[in-house]
Amino acid sequence: MIRLERVTKMYKTSTRPALDRVSVEVDKGEFVFLIGPSGSGKSTFLRLLLREDVPTRGNIFVTDLNVAKIPRRKVPRLRQRIGCVFQDFRLLSNKTVGENVAFALEVIGKSPTTVRKVVPEVLELVGLDGKADRMPHELSGGEQQRVAIARAFVNRPLLLLADEPTGNLDPDTSQDIMLLLERINRTGTTVLMATHDHSIVDSMRRRVVELDLGRVVRDEAHAVYGVGR
Amino acid sequence: MRTDFVLREVTTGLRRNVTMTAAMVLTTAISLLMVGTGLLAVKTIDATESLYSDRLEVRVALTQDVSVADSDCSQPICSGLLAVLENSPLVAGVEYENQEQAYQRFQELFAGQSVADLARPQSLPATLRVKLVEQNGSTEAGASAVKQAMEGQVGVRTVIDQRDVVAKLFDFLGGVRNVTFALALVQAIAALLLISNTVQVSAYTRRTEVGVMRLVGATRWYTQLPFLVEAVLTGVAGAVLAGVGLVVGKVAFIDSLLAGIAQNGVIPPVTLVDVLAVSAYLVPIGAVIAGVTGYVTLRLYVKV
Repeated sequence: MIRLERVTKMYKTSTRPALDRVSVEVDKGEFVFLIGPSGSGKSTFLRLLLREDVPTRGNIFVTDLNVAKIPRRKVPRLRQRIGCVFQDFRLLSNKTVGENVAFALEVIGKSPTTVRKVVPEVLELVGLDGKADRMPHELSGGEQQRVAIARAFVNRPLLLLADEPTGNLDPDTSQDIMLLLERINRTGTTVLMATHDHSIVDSMRRRVVELDLGRVVRDEAHAVYGVGR
Repeated sequence: MRTDFVLREVTTGLRRNVTMTAAMVLTTAISLLMVGTGLLAVKTIDATESLYSDRLEVRVALTQDVSVADSDCSQPICSGLLAVLENSPLVAGVEYENQEQAYQRFQELFAGQSVADLARPQSLPATLRVKLVEQNGSTEAGASAVKQAMEGQVGVRTVIDQRDVVAKLFDFLGGVRNVTFALALVQAIAALLLISNTVQVSAYTRRTEVGVMRLVGATRWYTQLPFLVEAVLTGVAGAVLAGVGLVVGKVAFIDSLLAGIAQNGVIPPVTLVDVLAVSAYLVPIGAVIAGVTGYVTLRLYVKV
């Protein structure tokens, strides 16, 4: 599903690489935590997968696409295969819950019939059935993150990238969000989640890829956040 | 392509930046109004030139003694001059206007003005009015041939080429046109900058939408289209407003200003059809300028 081959990313403003010869392979349907301190390269890792940026050296494959090499016009095709969830939800405040989710389909040209059919289904999946007409500010943080997840998942992506999705949520709500991500993972979608949340990583016992100063320092199945961290 | 989606985004965008949109429409309207005025000036100048090219003639004014003595150009001096002119291949026709006829025309031209009362038939010269043959679209050769043949001849007081007089009018009108276009250019630069700025502000206020669009895999074209449609719509609105301004300007200002001289046939009138035709040109001009500016701005300054 994802393959990084000795990927290095240098930024002009920094003397050390943000990612340094990183090689990681993630299979279809895996659930992987990407951990590490601030500045370890987690965000760069996700940005490169999304082709927000290109690596200085190395190759990145998402399914059959060589992300670093694809022409600009094919980038939308890559991004349609990837769903994204962020710490700050990034919902459109002037649109209802239903419109927020529908937006992701409309902008890629899906027909109104498809939108009308799929949006209620995904809202039900994330536990927001009956709330399609609410505005984002009328929802709790957890519910807003569910809307963001619904929007990321509505196009049935092969890969879901989550960048600190529980960073703004209390422990109980975080747990609910993790259950939701787990349910999405069970549908066959690969989930890659960057996090600082020890308790979540420890309780889930999934594969952990740890970065430090741009290097992979640990890649372990069924792992915890780390002793003494 | 989801047209309903694009139109919804455009409406939202225009409503969100209503003051900027209004400023953009007005600035575009003023610059296009200038362009329209310039185009009308060009049209009027062209029509005036063609109007006068049929009328313009070279006038050979005769001396006082010949004018008084010869009322029908039958005396040797006048008939001699007439024969020379009529034999020239560059002359289309010659008409003799005696002092009495000159006086009648003078009265018609200056009717109601004090100068008409002061004039007497004997103070006006008899003239030979020479119509010229056009060569390569110009009567230049004929006019200089007539001048050369007539100047210094016995019985000739002066040779007046009317084109020299009208040339000053055309110079003036040309100046008006140039000034209008220069102002239009300055105004157009202001409009371009404003359009560019508005597109940037519009993209900034919708950065979350744009960000989401990019992340979920909307194509660049899909992401840019609402901004471009907004720019084009405001350009068209500016052009329509400029068209309305031209019509109002014609009815309220030009018509009364040119009423006398247009009726007398001094210059051709500026008709409503002319104004509407120019206004129709302004719409695609406004749309293309706004669209291209929007596109270039998005390419250069906005990550969409």
